[in-house]
Amino acid sequence: MNKTKQNKIIDKCFGFLGIAATLFGLIMLLVFIIDVLSDGLGRINWSFFTSFPSRKPEQAGILSAWVGSVWTMFITAMIALPLGIGAGIHLEEYARKSRLTNFIEINIANLAGVPSVIYGLLGLGLFVRYLQLDRSVLAGGFTLALLILPVIILSTREALRAVPFSMREASYAVGATKWQTVRYQVLPAAFGNILTGIILAMSRAVGETAPLITIGALTYIAFLPQSPIYFSSGFPYLHFSLKGLFDPFTVLPIQIFNWVSRPQKGFFTNAAAGIIVLLGLTLIMNTLAIILRHHHQKKIRW
Amino acid sequence: MIKKKRKLLNLKETVIESLLFLCSFFSIFVTAGIVLVLLVESWGFFKEVSILNFLTDRQWTPLFINKHFGILPLLCGTFLTTFIAVLTAIPIGLISAIYLSEYASLRVRNTVKPFLEILAAVPTVVYGYFALLFITPLLRQVIPGISGFNALSSGIVMGIMIIPLVASLSEDAMHAVPMNLREGAYAVGSSRMQSALHVVFPAALSGITAAFILAVSRAIGETMIVAIAAGQQPKLTLNPLVPIETITAYIVQISLGDTPHGTLEYRTIFACGMTLFLLTFVLNIFSFKLKRRFQEVYE
Repeated sequence: MNKTKQNKIIDKCFGFLGIAATLFGLIMLLVFIIDVLSDGLGRINWSFFTSFPSRKPEQAGILSAWVGSVWTMFITAMIALPLGIGAGIHLEEYARKSRLTNFIEINIANLAGVPSVIYGLLGLGLFVRYLQLDRSVLAGGFTLALLILPVIILSTREALRAVPFSMREASYAVGATKWQTVRYQVLPAAFGNILTGIILAMSRAVGETAPLITIGALTYIAFLPQSPIYFSSGFPYLHFSLKGLFDPFTVLPIQIFNWVSRPQKGFFTNAAAGIIVLLGLTLIMNTLAIILRHHHQKKIRW
Repeated sequence: MIKKKRKLLNLKETVIESLLFLCSFFSIFVTAGIVLVLLVESWGFFKEVSILNFLTDRQWTPLFINKHFGILPLLCGTFLTTFIAVLTAIPIGLISAIYLSEYASLRVRNTVKPFLEILAAVPTVVYGYFALLFITPLLRQVIPGISGFNALSSGIVMGIMIIPLVASLSEDAMHAVPMNLREGAYAVGSSRMQSALHVVFPAALSGITAAFILAVSRAIGETMIVAIAAGQQPKLTLNPLVPIETITAYIVQISLGDTPHGTLEYRTIFACGMTLFLLTFVLNIFSFKLKRRFQEVYE
């Protein structure tokens, strides 16, 4: 056998090794999904979603956990989206190259790499203690907002960068101001990619556990935060209240963690069922983001 | 009239620009907040425990009657799990990156990459369950003496989690290597593998190193997997089969208990946080600089 032939065979083998390595992680994920489905699928029923946690595994549910997750996600989005998109627009469209801009950029890159548990310590020191928000939904939402802020800034910038410069020039040519150009040309063109980034950031926030444990979110909660809208029998019947923001809370990943760390076997089944819900949610969000990005790339050709 | 309108428009532009500037300046406040909180609380800690003691004492027993505050056992646990994770992720991630950048068609590459990202999007508490209730029982069949909590299974699962990070960033680096370098290699008769390993890989080395460092930093800061599956016993050991405790797992352990605010035990988590922050900070900056230098060479 000559050398070229030998090389060709080695080359082919290496190619197969590459395919195997690329598929390895996905196969592990698949194995794991099958494992968790077989452990927990039987536990999922309507009452699992409508029951509070309990001492008895077969009666316990995720009501307070998913309601808490919805609350925190809402607050996180309200804070992180405007700040993150605003910062992205500023850095990509407005900021001139200066020492300050450079510093802000390095700072954001670094923030994106800070371990999530450190954000928990920040939340504990700043929101829980200093601002005396206590272990409330509000403190949790703020903490997660700071955590996903760099992710949103970075993805917004990337989305804006993909919009070709000629579009801005055309807008300026017909006399539009900077903001008009950004508002009516650049943002609409980048909208799909920005949305993709937002969905990915929110899917990360939904699964975060460590920072919320660190700020002291409770692991056992048998009540819900007060609803922002509620009815009463007397006048004026319909009420609005923000008191729920200051109530203690738990979230889905913390509930799962709590069940995993108990010795009784029955709670493992609950944890598996909780994981099916949480993993289902993150996978749906991620698939949605992939489809959205794909669709957007297809629709616009520059 | 037009002049007045122009003035109003200019005012609006200035206001909007300042608001946007404030948004991006806000990120500096976040970093300042982190540094300030960590400094203030660990200052209280280091007033009672000397830094020398913190760095050289070989025991970590803040919750016992006989208290020792040596960070070494926690650091050792952190490095042990990180080492196992990196050992898992680097070979698989690199081979996968070489495949995606040098072998796969552009279409395969663009389809596979987003799916790999899903691995990184799985919540870490889910990986913790995986490590404790799937990988550890699996390992027990091969290594009968392994404890229910151990560094090995959490390290392996952590490795699986950071594969996409290594693969994606190294692939970016290799993809950025100019085509004419490969053409040169082909011209002298190399196979794809030879060109990938002997030309593209060395040319992309600084970018790949940046990916490697970022992976280490991510593994050091990973919390839930080790909190669930690695145990809660700070030990100065390199044995991957026994329960250990990492810095991050310790922070979670204390946060779950009801340690009163303002006590020395409470402040230990901030001293731990400071150590963790400094470690990851140095690694992140180093990786960022390397990546930037790499981009300057090829773009």
